[in-house]
Amino acid sequence: MPAQIKGMPVMEKRSPSPGEDIGARIVAIAASADMDAYEALFRDFGPRIRAYLIKMTRDAQVSEDLMQETMLAIWRKAGQYDPARGPASAWIYTIARNIWIDAWRRQRRPAIDPDDPALSIEPEPDAPKQIEARQSQEAVRRAMERLPAEQIDIIRLSFFEEASHSMIAAKLGLPIGTVKSRLRLAFGRLRAALDEQQ
Amino acid sequence: MTIRHHLNDDLLIAYASGNLSEGWSLAVATHLAMCSTCRQSLAVAEAAGGALLEEIEPVGSDEGAWEALKARLGREPTPPVQPKVRPASAVIPEPLRSYLGADLADLKWRRVGTAHQIRVKTEDQETQVRLLRIPAGKPVPEHSHGGRELTVVLTGAFHDEIDEFGPGDIEDADGSLTHQPVANPEEDCICLAVTDKPLRFTSRLVRLVQPLLGI
Ligand SMILES: [Zn+2]
Repeated sequence: MPAQIKGMPVMEKRSPSPGEDIGARIVAIAASADMDAYEALFRDFGPRIRAYLIKMTRDAQVSEDLMQETMLAIWRKAGQYDPARGPASAWIYTIARNIWIDAWRRQRRPAIDPDDPALSIEPEPDAPKQIEARQSQEAVRRAMERLPAEQIDIIRLSFFEEASHSMIAAKLGLPIGTVKSRLRLAFGRLRAALDEQQ
Repeated sequence: MTIRHHLNDDLLIAYASGNLSEGWSLAVATHLAMCSTCRQSLAVAEAAGGALLEEIEPVGSDEGAWEALKARLGREPTPPVQPKVRPASAVIPEPLRSYLGADLADLKWRRVGTAHQIRVKTEDQETQVRLLRIPAGKPVPEHSHGGRELTVVLTGAFHDEIDEFGPGDIEDADGSLTHQPVANPEEDCICLAVTDKPLRFTSRLVRLVQPLLGI
């Protein structure tokens, strides 16, 4: 097990695991139903997916079930993982998130079909090139390390706790306008960091 | 086509984190299908979600859970993947096309005043989702919103007191706005409109017949 880390900011102190080879493990699962790779992925991400789901549902039993569903979905969908589309941890995050929406909110999640003939493919003049997954994973992590704690707090609250700005504002004792502007600042910096490295 | 009105960061992050209900998400997804710039931004937001997942403090022990997972994997074989059937070409992008059950040429419109509409069904109790077709040069009835309204243009264009909106553009209007969208004169404007409660029309006549029209 990787060392466990408490509190923030932790990005610069985080242990090297879950490894830099998350994507390689998913590829191995897809290529050869590699149980060792799957178990390694489970030991890294199972307890983290569980932690995420507990934050979202505040229900330990539901979280355990949904964590198992997420891990099963990772096994079944490994062949759909495309390193060119983004970091492996983002792929795992979106699977856990979609299973949470489906089970907990009982709503569909409208999402684009990347192979839809009606999808716009207009190359914008400044459209960023697709980046190596590993590179973008590193870039996101580095960009997040450089964010001030107050900005990363707001991003974390937006993703893992309460949705609404008013609830985040109440929790932090800040005006809503401050919450919004911090979120915008933080997200703008993440975007800029990814644009720069291309 | 050049998109000028994009998703703001609030909407994008709410969508990326799963904290946006189905009706609003359909408007966001429709813009995303038409805008590669915002698809790139969504990838950044989801990468941030992934990075946060990596550094979250793990909860629980593994042994029992791993055994249970292995057992399920043995018991529940992977269901066969059904290949998705896609048309060779389409005007209305996914996921909206599936919600409507047809592409643009085969839609069944219902007349509402000078405009036409189709109600889009979702599981979402907090929003009302409609596809609108505003005749070229014509206004939709003036209304103020009880709350938020997201409008995404699919074809044609409209303008209101705020700005002009063309294909792919999304307008995010809050409850304070009373506006008068007017379709540009060249062609009908087809747009997806998501509101968080039935619109309050300011014209008394329209308000009187509103229950009859079911709008
Ligand atoms: Zn956009």
